[in-house]
Amino acid sequence: MSSFWHWWVVLLTLGNIVFIAWLIRYTARRNPGEPAEGETTGHVYDGDLTEYNRPMPRWWLWMFWATIVFALVYLVLFPGLGNYSGVLGWSSTAQYEREVEQVEERLAPIFERYAAMEIDQLQEDSQAMATARRIFGNECAVCHGGDGGGTVGFPALNDGYFQWGGSFEEIQETIAGGRQANMPSHTGLDDEQLDALVAYVFNLADRDVPDPDLIPKGEELWDQQGCFACHGDDGTGMTALGAPDLTRGVYIYGGSAQAIRETIRDGREGEMPAFADRLGEDRVRLLSAYILQLSQ
Amino acid sequence: MAMNHEIIEKNVGLLAVGIVLVISIAGLVQIVPLMFKDETTQPIEGVEPYGPLEFAGRDIYVREGCYNCHSQMIRPFRAETERYGHYSLAGEFVYDRPFQWGSKRTGPDLARVGGLYTDEWHEIHFLNPRDVVPESNMPAYPWFAENELDPERVEHRMRMQQRWLNVPYSDEELEAVQEELEGKTEMDAIIAYLQSLGTAVEERR
Repeated sequence: MSSFWHWWVVLLTLGNIVFIAWLIRYTARRNPGEPAEGETTGHVYDGDLTEYNRPMPRWWLWMFWATIVFALVYLVLFPGLGNYSGVLGWSSTAQYEREVEQVEERLAPIFERYAAMEIDQLQEDSQAMATARRIFGNECAVCHGGDGGGTVGFPALNDGYFQWGGSFEEIQETIAGGRQANMPSHTGLDDEQLDALVAYVFNLADRDVPDPDLIPKGEELWDQQGCFACHGDDGTGMTALGAPDLTRGVYIYGGSAQAIRETIRDGREGEMPAFADRLGEDRVRLLSAYILQLSQ
Repeated sequence: MAMNHEIIEKNVGLLAVGIVLVISIAGLVQIVPLMFKDETTQPIEGVEPYGPLEFAGRDIYVREGCYNCHSQMIRPFRAETERYGHYSLAGEFVYDRPFQWGSKRTGPDLARVGGLYTDEWHEIHFLNPRDVVPESNMPAYPWFAENELDPERVEHRMRMQQRWLNVPYSDEELEAVQEELEGKTEMDAIIAYLQSLGTAVEERR
């Protein structure tokens, strides 16, 4: 704050307090020419209604003075007058940092304990899992659901299958670094070809295919379009690319013929954001243990 | 002179002037200096005026009254920064006219929602929030996907901000607005706006 605005604030604030103090003294005191206490003021209303000149109640007056004293003490202790930072040196930033520090101090030994534990120990520790559940609720549930059940477009975490790999390490990697999945579009395919591919994909998961005659053609297209490059020859997927297993009959973007058709034709882009900066290593590890437990 | 206060009490004009003087002191002390402080008037590094799509999205945010349920103000308390990220800084809001701080959190704070969820999540969520968050009581906004933006109006609004509120848009930028918004829906705009929120501060916590 420039010195102009510093003095602006100081003078207006202090001037206001001085003015108020003067006003109280002035109005509480009897001034020359005013009627004495106990006399009438001389006002007459409705012909015969007069009023006494009475002093202000003392408790009220003292309260007024108390607020003025409070204001002055406050302005000495805390930053209120322009650039003056107050005797106590209080600031909201420092208070925030102290609060964070105190909580970190309290949490550090807890997370240290978690960090030293193996995954199965973490999963058996009810405190660790309760902590993880809170983090999951805060960070993951918005997309993957409170129970990890997922929804269209967001994979379920509770069915034992992870498209990017289900090991403890792989899950930590997924959470920390995020993932970009890319199912390319195949806009060059006509309706018939799409139907054939859908039939083949249905068949991969042993689902009932409405028109089984289409399956061979679908298989041909599967090879021709290079579906195997990501989803594997047998359709079981590839964790390195996040290409889902198509033999399970569970689909991220919906399993109806229509949904699968759209997925093939228009492609899909799945994005899992990275949480390393937000959560830090310890929390990511804890969360991974929790998610693995969800999936079992 | 008897009863000086009678002069003020019996002269309405003088009384009004006195009242205005008294009640303006707090404003003169607490508000006026903020209009001249760098901390509150200069953008922090990375804060740019809203681009056309974000600008249009912001107008939709205001139109739908999002501020009635969502704040955009993370206070410096650990419980808030733990959930939402770094506390809000005055310099982040210099191009918010008017700001959307809000004061009620039926839904979560959105000051740093940018980049937190994917575009696709936002789209599904706007069409029906229950599809991704079963417990949500947020209304659905299906018309976002259907309504196209009015590029002319957006450009006009941006020009007004450049002219009257000194938002530093270049003329070339404004020339390109209509082209940039061609065929965009309200959904595109509101998502772009949300994805831009709070991203100037890189520290997430």
